[in-house]
Amino acid sequence: MTTDTRTDPAQPGLLPDGRTRTLLLAAAGFAVAVAAPHVLYPVFVMKVLCFALFACAFNLLLGFAGLLSFGHAAFFGGAAYVSAHAAKVWGFPPELAILAGTASAAMTGLLFGWLAIRRQGIYFAMITLALSQMVFFLALQLPFTGGEDGIQAVPRGVLFGLVDLNDPLAMYWTVLGVCLFGFAVIRRAVHSPFGQVLKAIRENEPRAISLGYRTERYKLLAFVLSAALAGMAGATKALVFQLASLTDVTWQMSGEAVLMTLLGGVGTLAGPVVGAALVVTLQNHLADSGVPVTVVTGFIFVVCVLLFRRGIVGEIEHRLRRRAP
Amino acid sequence: MPDRADTAATMLEVRDLHAFYGESHILHGVSLEVRRGEVVTLLGRNGAGKTTTLRAIMGMVGRRTGSIRFAGTELVGMAPHRVPRLGIGYVPEERGIFASLSTAENLMLPPVVREGGMSVEQIHTLFPNLRERGATQGTRLSGGEQQMLAIARILRTGAELILLDEPTEGLAPVIIDQIGVAVRRLKDRGFTIVLVEQNFRFAATIADRHYVMEEGHVVDMIPNDRLDASMDRLHARLGV
Repeated sequence: MTTDTRTDPAQPGLLPDGRTRTLLLAAAGFAVAVAAPHVLYPVFVMKVLCFALFACAFNLLLGFAGLLSFGHAAFFGGAAYVSAHAAKVWGFPPELAILAGTASAAMTGLLFGWLAIRRQGIYFAMITLALSQMVFFLALQLPFTGGEDGIQAVPRGVLFGLVDLNDPLAMYWTVLGVCLFGFAVIRRAVHSPFGQVLKAIRENEPRAISLGYRTERYKLLAFVLSAALAGMAGATKALVFQLASLTDVTWQMSGEAVLMTLLGGVGTLAGPVVGAALVVTLQNHLADSGVPVTVVTGFIFVVCVLLFRRGIVGEIEHRLRRRAP
Repeated sequence: MPDRADTAATMLEVRDLHAFYGESHILHGVSLEVRRGEVVTLLGRNGAGKTTTLRAIMGMVGRRTGSIRFAGTELVGMAPHRVPRLGIGYVPEERGIFASLSTAENLMLPPVVREGGMSVEQIHTLFPNLRERGATQGTRLSGGEQQMLAIARILRTGAELILLDEPTEGLAPVIIDQIGVAVRRLKDRGFTIVLVEQNFRFAATIADRHYVMEEGHVVDMIPNDRLDASMDRLHARLGV
């Protein structure tokens, strides 16, 4: 008697079943994707998308492997410089420029990760912070980065030799494609056996070792994957804004990823997207208002931590799960 | 039966094992031997070093000296993640069920290290309680079911030696009986088991031999068939 109600799928009529719901969500998502650049300023939407991918990449590491990196700006901004340089000086087409940025971030991630995963907790965070400050220094001093000016007037180029990205809508669909690819990679990784091992490590690393997992390998792989995707976001952003600048490699940028992820909900797939949208929207709206942006986001952050520690999406998921056990 | 025990190969041989957590010297020269197919218990008061002995075998202590040989391979100095891959499964006292994984995911998580592990179907036959609970969050199972899951996920991996730390702790008598039946079945299947147990009555029903530990070393070894004759000695040691 008790088993029926529990094992029963959601009652038809009240709630759509799993597949219908996925289809509905996909249709709604597509409608939003089509409408967004017409309703909102396209560059703004692209900015949100790039930061959403950046935050999701960060969340892969914090939310699923339990590693708090405070140096993700190094991958985001470093890749921006590489792709900007590749597009402007080497004349790379946009797809190769983004790829070059992503690859450079993956390589940097391999090096940083290899050093940082030897330590845990705050020491891990401090090592990643120190290493990313070195990248900031390089970005300031190296001859090709343009110092305080950054790399400006980066050509957006022609995608695959076919699509001219100077058309804002073409650029928008490209960015959307890149970000959806990134989200799909993260989703796949989280739901794979690899993702389950990561969750096990996050929860109880000695136990994962005693089951026979070489946990450093898993942590390093997660770190490289996260760095590469953060790099992909940065490389894409450099093409959108046609600019790679010091802002993207500062430690504040690393902090932004932390903020967006925690606001949206750490360890949830959609949380960082919501967090990124919220923070970027606030930044854009407050930029001309004279209200200091950092104070407002800081205030929201404090409220969030005090009232709903799971973040926006985390809290919603939690409530839904409690209502339908 | 006695001569089978004599001729059976030694599976685990611990010699003069010392283990340290930081500055604390926990094990002071533990020596014991487990033959293939045997069930051996470690008895002793709290803090005698029973759990630490299991953790030292798995390489989960700060530092260890001495010798631990498993099927001829020396484990001291080996990286901790390689020990389970030799075919040693460890079921810790706290069970170590992952809260963020479902029961099925917990079951499938440990890597298969060698052939001859039990299939999921066989595991479900052994622990029928787990069959219907696949989608349930691992830590929402009852204590007994969590214990079953902790044992079950080791059985899939093909491990031959199972280190069981207090499997009956905090469980209702009816569940303890179920665990006892399961452990006996595992013995019949040829698993070698080292069991840490406070519940002496439970231990006596399944073990071949008992090692008694005190202050970080083995002070006595009692074959199960001489248990009755040794009761006085044991009572003095354990203070039960």
